[in-house]
Amino acid sequence: MHMHRLEKIWLTAGVSMLVVFLLVLGIMTFGRGIAPPNEHIHRIDPTKVSETPPFDKPQITKIGDNVYKAVMVAYAFGYDPIPMEVPAGATVHFEITSSDVVHGFEIPGTNVNVMVTPGEVSHVSHTFDKPGEYLILCNEYCGIAHEMMKTTLVVK
Amino acid sequence: MTDSKLSTFDRKDGQLVIAHVLFAFAALLLGGIAGMLQGMVKGGTITLPANIGYYELLTAHGVLMALIFTTYFIVGFLYSGVSQTLGGRLLPLTKRLGWIGYWLMSIGTLIGVVVILLGKASVLYTFYAPMKASPWFYVALALVVIGSWLSGFGIFYQYVQWRKTNKGKLSPLFAFMSVITMLLWQIATIGVAIEVVVQLIPWSFGWVETVNVVLSRTLFWFFGHPLVYFWLLPAYMCWYVIIPKIIGGKIFSDALARMSFVLFLLFSIPVGFHHQLMEPGISHFWKYLQVVLTFMVVIPSLMTAFSLFATFELNGRSKGTKGLFGWVKVLPWKDVRFFAPFMGMLIFIPAGAGGLINASNQMNAVVHNTLWVTGHFHLTVATSVALTFFGIVYWLIPVVTGRVLTPRLNKLGIIQTVIWCVGMFFMSGSMHTVGLLGSPRRTAYSTYDDHPDAIMWIPYHVAMAIGGIILFAGVLLIIYNIIALMRAPKGETEYPIGEVSDASEPTPRFLENWKLWIALTVILIVIAYTIPVIDQINNPTPGSPGYVTW
Repeated sequence: MHMHRLEKIWLTAGVSMLVVFLLVLGIMTFGRGIAPPNEHIHRIDPTKVSETPPFDKPQITKIGDNVYKAVMVAYAFGYDPIPMEVPAGATVHFEITSSDVVHGFEIPGTNVNVMVTPGEVSHVSHTFDKPGEYLILCNEYCGIAHEMMKTTLVVK
Repeated sequence: MTDSKLSTFDRKDGQLVIAHVLFAFAALLLGGIAGMLQGMVKGGTITLPANIGYYELLTAHGVLMALIFTTYFIVGFLYSGVSQTLGGRLLPLTKRLGWIGYWLMSIGTLIGVVVILLGKASVLYTFYAPMKASPWFYVALALVVIGSWLSGFGIFYQYVQWRKTNKGKLSPLFAFMSVITMLLWQIATIGVAIEVVVQLIPWSFGWVETVNVVLSRTLFWFFGHPLVYFWLLPAYMCWYVIIPKIIGGKIFSDALARMSFVLFLLFSIPVGFHHQLMEPGISHFWKYLQVVLTFMVVIPSLMTAFSLFATFELNGRSKGTKGLFGWVKVLPWKDVRFFAPFMGMLIFIPAGAGGLINASNQMNAVVHNTLWVTGHFHLTVATSVALTFFGIVYWLIPVVTGRVLTPRLNKLGIIQTVIWCVGMFFMSGSMHTVGLLGSPRRTAYSTYDDHPDAIMWIPYHVAMAIGGIILFAGVLLIIYNIIALMRAPKGETEYPIGEVSDASEPTPRFLENWKLWIALTVILIVIAYTIPVIDQINNPTPGSPGYVTW
């Protein structure tokens, strides 16, 4: 099919940019492990969250040198456990599931932003360098008090 | 005289077109009222009376604007062009399918709106399970989809009949593009139809206990992304086929226009995972593969941008303009039929760039489910597409009703376009900015217990409300303009179908090889979806019962 010379130049430039973008995203994902959530890491019966370990006891525990694991349950309209506190510089590995509908898990000002789908467990980690009170909020519509669904993580 | 005969639009066909257009704008008015109220609630300027919920309004706004306004307008517009370019009138069967489709969609819309306003379906227009709406909400959606299928079949029938009686001839560009648009729609809606009919309706009636949530989301987004191309392609049709005629120019290349539409058909469906990047249950590989395919769909948009500006420049040259940008001066800036769609094109540049950011795999974490995303699609569908549709109305209503656009209405149209752009600048601009700061989408007024981060978002939410009020003024003006167009002076208005530039090369025939394009579309879908979907079925997420959380 005939194409104008200028159009060939235009499309070559455009497609090259797309290729560069994709290479950056691909190298980050597969080479450096900076990736979105993955396939099923483990599943859970969403109707039995309160009796299935570790979600029967939502808590934040120290698992190493300034490394914490936060086992959390999202529900309409809040998160367990409360309250949560870690020292500055702590790395927190969050494991979250939902005991009812689909929720979000977002910490504004960080790159923590995952969906919490019932039946699945979402994993996300973050290192909190700066002290402060971090807001954790639900960013997927979940019902009448969706805009109230929040908790905080205090970094001291 | 054949000329005068051609310029008269079949009156019976006109009734079908006008019925769709008026229904679309009634939906726009209702959806606009809901939208403005939402903006004011979110900005903290008003509280709703106790019996109206924010999320009820949000559901109504989304359904009426994104599904009803668009689908009705698109069917009306495509039928008008099919009637005009494929033989001068609709075939009896096509017209009948069009009317049956219209009534099915209308019954569905009516049931849906009643159920939503009764507060039985505050699940938003994405209706994510396991939030469980009234079964009638899903039945209503199914009726709308089935109605639109029948309308699509009407277009296919007319196209096939035309090809039979015009053997060896190249089909008109408008008709070719209509077929692609409806084909895209038919294939894409299979996903949501399976979700609604196989999963949600039996579950919401209580015939089955639980629903596979991850699978339902995958089926929804199989439909949800091509949906946005279903909105966009008719706008592109106006840009490719109508605008060259309105500016007094020629279509740059028939072949490239068709090629870009074929690429849209191929690449707009196997990309739904880019809406599910932030959820577990789908592996990195399949997400990344669909990100790559998503980026491929940028190529036909790059081709379109080139073709459009080539048309503008060639038109300028043929009128003797000089210099790199001389052609800008001869564009009909004071003609709303050009000005409104042109503003849509211009705004599609930042809108499309934002889309690339959204689809960028792990980078999506920065913007996912924040107001940035809402800002993004208020530029794409609510500005680029909506302004183009508004621009179409100023000639389409006169054509099908046998009237003429008056200078006064033209001027009001220009004013309407400016109001829309200003309102959207405030609303979408604030949404993009505050979204980057983390403010979530789809939330009523909240300060999150006076958290300092959330307090900082409020001024942006107020700016969004101001934008929303300006946009509502724009809705009222377009509604006034439509009523005035229906009462405009009688006369003949020509249907503006562009002609292809003499300098362009002939169109290769393989572009109308439907077996090839459908096969390739199916192959791409099979590659992108088979393994992850089989995994979701064979290895399912434990089922969820339904919840009514509103």
